[in-house]
Amino acid sequence: MKKLVTLFTVLVFLFMHLPIIVIIIFSFSEGQILALPIKGWTLDWYRQALQDDRLRTGLMNSLKVATAATVLASILGTLGAVAIQRYRFFGRQAFRASVVFPILLPGIITGVAMLTFFANANLPLGLLTVIIGHATFGFPVVFNTMAARLARLPRSLEEAAADLGATPTQAFRRVLLPSIRSALIAGALLAFTLSFDEIIVTIFLTGNQNTLPMEIWARLRFGMTPEINATVTMVLVLSGLLVVTGQWLSRE
Amino acid sequence: MNDQAVILESVSRAYGNVRAVDNVSLTIHAGEFFTLLGSSGSGKTTTLRLIGGFETPDAGRVLIGGVDVTRLPAYKRNVHTVFQDYALFPHLNVFDNVAFALSLKNLSRDELRRQVGAALELVQLAGYEDRKPGQLSGGQQQRVALARAIVDHPAVLLLDEPLSALDAKIRGEVREEIKRLQRETRITFVYVTHDQEEALTMSDRLAVMRGGRVLQLGTPLDVYERPADLFVAEFVGKANFLDGQLTSQAGTRATIRIADQTVDATLAFPIATGAAVRVMIRPENLRLQPPGQPGFTGVVTQSQYLGHATQYLVQSGALTLRVLELRRRGTVPHAEGAAVVVNWNWEEALVYPQTKAE
Amino acid sequence: MAENAKPKRLGFWFTFLPPFAWMTVLYFVPLVALLTYAFQRHEYVRIIHEFTWENFQQIATNPGYRNTLWRTLWIANLVTLIDTLLALPVAWFLAFHAGRFKRTLMILVLLPLWSSYLVRVFAWRIILGYNGVLNGFLVHTGILREPSTLFLYNKFSMVLTLCYIWLPFMVLPLTTAFERLPTRLLEASADLGARPFTTFRRVTIPLVLPGLLAGGLSVFSLTMGDYITPSLIGGAGDILVGNLVASQFGVAANWPLGSAFAAVVLVVIFCVMALLSRKGVLENL
Repeated sequence: MKKLVTLFTVLVFLFMHLPIIVIIIFSFSEGQILALPIKGWTLDWYRQALQDDRLRTGLMNSLKVATAATVLASILGTLGAVAIQRYRFFGRQAFRASVVFPILLPGIITGVAMLTFFANANLPLGLLTVIIGHATFGFPVVFNTMAARLARLPRSLEEAAADLGATPTQAFRRVLLPSIRSALIAGALLAFTLSFDEIIVTIFLTGNQNTLPMEIWARLRFGMTPEINATVTMVLVLSGLLVVTGQWLSRE
Repeated sequence: MNDQAVILESVSRAYGNVRAVDNVSLTIHAGEFFTLLGSSGSGKTTTLRLIGGFETPDAGRVLIGGVDVTRLPAYKRNVHTVFQDYALFPHLNVFDNVAFALSLKNLSRDELRRQVGAALELVQLAGYEDRKPGQLSGGQQQRVALARAIVDHPAVLLLDEPLSALDAKIRGEVREEIKRLQRETRITFVYVTHDQEEALTMSDRLAVMRGGRVLQLGTPLDVYERPADLFVAEFVGKANFLDGQLTSQAGTRATIRIADQTVDATLAFPIATGAAVRVMIRPENLRLQPPGQPGFTGVVTQSQYLGHATQYLVQSGALTLRVLELRRRGTVPHAEGAAVVVNWNWEEALVYPQTKAE
Repeated sequence: MAENAKPKRLGFWFTFLPPFAWMTVLYFVPLVALLTYAFQRHEYVRIIHEFTWENFQQIATNPGYRNTLWRTLWIANLVTLIDTLLALPVAWFLAFHAGRFKRTLMILVLLPLWSSYLVRVFAWRIILGYNGVLNGFLVHTGILREPSTLFLYNKFSMVLTLCYIWLPFMVLPLTTAFERLPTRLLEASADLGARPFTTFRRVTIPLVLPGLLAGGLSVFSLTMGDYITPSLIGGAGDILVGNLVASQFGVAANWPLGSAFAAVVLVVIFCVMALLSRKGVLENL
């Protein structure tokens, strides 16, 4: 039984990573067309990707958007989680349930809803509107991890800090924050990567400045090119490093 | 000098319809080991939290060192707490946990080190500075919590059932440790427990609480020997309760008819002759005598040898009496099935009105 | 009472107000705005601001729209079911048998999320296409004599890709649910004489149900709203309701009709949520 489950798991993991393996392999393939058999190996696509201005601009825009959205989401998510876990108030359950809407409802709903809103508010579409959109679904991501951590954190820790003379601000900074740091990093990391990769909401909210996924989307209409494979492989490696760093930072 | 460390003036705190603390007034003297004793829901922990500043009363005042602190939050009160779950900061090592209160004041690094060292010395944990709370045993965590709370010499130390999370084995040891700490530091201790034995052995004075009210306030001796009512009598120590009717009284000496016997006991309260009463007598105050003596004739149904004493259950008609007899050289324990007579000194038995305990 | 609650109240407003205001102004107001559009009419390039059921009537009567809605529902259910079946053994393995590989494997589950969603969808085109990896493999091993076009641009490739793309959203909550499962309960069940499968059915599944349903809700909802996968991988006739929304807000520029489609998606998901809300699903997302 256990062997069967193990085998099954290995197969599912293969399924989960086959496309990524294919992308990485083809990023080194000499041919312009992404098809078997592979004729030879090259690093040319990486050189071309690095020299491609539009891919680079897209990458920078994506980094800007993801960073700003993550900062906003982390602040909002932390505050919201503290409010939910530390205070009893009217409508608490409703607040808790509605906070997760942006990740529960399909991104397309968030996208078109915000599009209509920004259009009515006469807010020009651009990176700012994309940031707002990304922060809105990043918020519940951070909120969820933080609320779960806070729920496990004994209330007495904060009381102990106050008891020993720490003002609420000192108690937050010196006791609460260190205890929730790892959850915050985990939540922020997830919010960052979700934003970095986001396309469904972004399509509706972006102006003439493209994020990296938007740039890739624009090119995909004409088919996949090896530079895209190379770009994605590089982003994957960078994300991997980011995740490992995050894991290292959030170790207990 | 102010002799009154803590004063509660008609303090009440309700949660919804539940009156957790109901018009409690208490004075706790400086340097005293004071215990709040009660079962869960008695209001003892809420009372403690009102002193600590984690709760604010709906009515009444809280004074610490003669100063009204009723509206003062916890961090502005010179009172520290040893929490039931210790609440040690998991991200800080032992040194930084103990140094927490001091680190909020402007102390030189040397001074801080010296005071933390002294506190750790006091709880015999010198050398553990670099450990994280997770690397300590329950008893050691307990002592870190104590050190952390006494390090800057608070006016009052609050202890919320500090022994409840410990193994029975080391409980006795920690109990003596806490008592010693109180004697050495002369800090006023307010100790919350549901364990009557802890309360009796550790306290200078104690308050027995129930339903948010203080039923009795006094020394352990007062509370054990002169319980204010039947609830206290039953909650603190073991007791036999015999229902009867008060037939006559002379001074504090009352004559009571119980079953078909007439016995004498001490009146704890003025009670009208003819009233239904309940007599309370501690097992160690009952005497077992050979048949033929005056008293309740019965049969030993259970005999339990405890070493320093023997505990018996004696069945006399419908009554079951619990008797504790200290072992004396040359006496032989009564066997189960032996016929005996149970009686007592009238001074040792207390008479309460039957309706007194709700 | 009012006075002593002050410091607490200050802390409450400080923590509650920013997220509440953000969510209200930037999420719920837009959502309501979207829903009001659904009841308005589009004429040439203008939107007529008067109440009408027209958009919904159009959806109900147009067979193309109706079929797309049914197709979306049925594909979302299918994808959810397949992902559940794939994730159950994996989550079980991760929670109980992964041992020292667990941390690495958990990162591997997350890894696909760190790389471009678009490219991962597109990768299936490379795998399933006429000159693709799969055909290459099958021809090379002699199973097929010549490459097949059966693998791509149809419902099969779309369902496969959707299952692939949303699988981590099922594995993660399910693994967490298994981790929270006290093993003592499983031992108790075995101790009381239950065979492993009986224990699984009668103890394990009920206890991990909230996590399972939370994952299922995510997969269902994500599929309901996807329009990238159908347009890249699906056949010409395999569009989902997300494509209808996207095109009405895009090239067709009929926002009221697009909003009406979005409203239908919302209603479906709210119905599913209402069915699940009693089981503690929302706390497990």
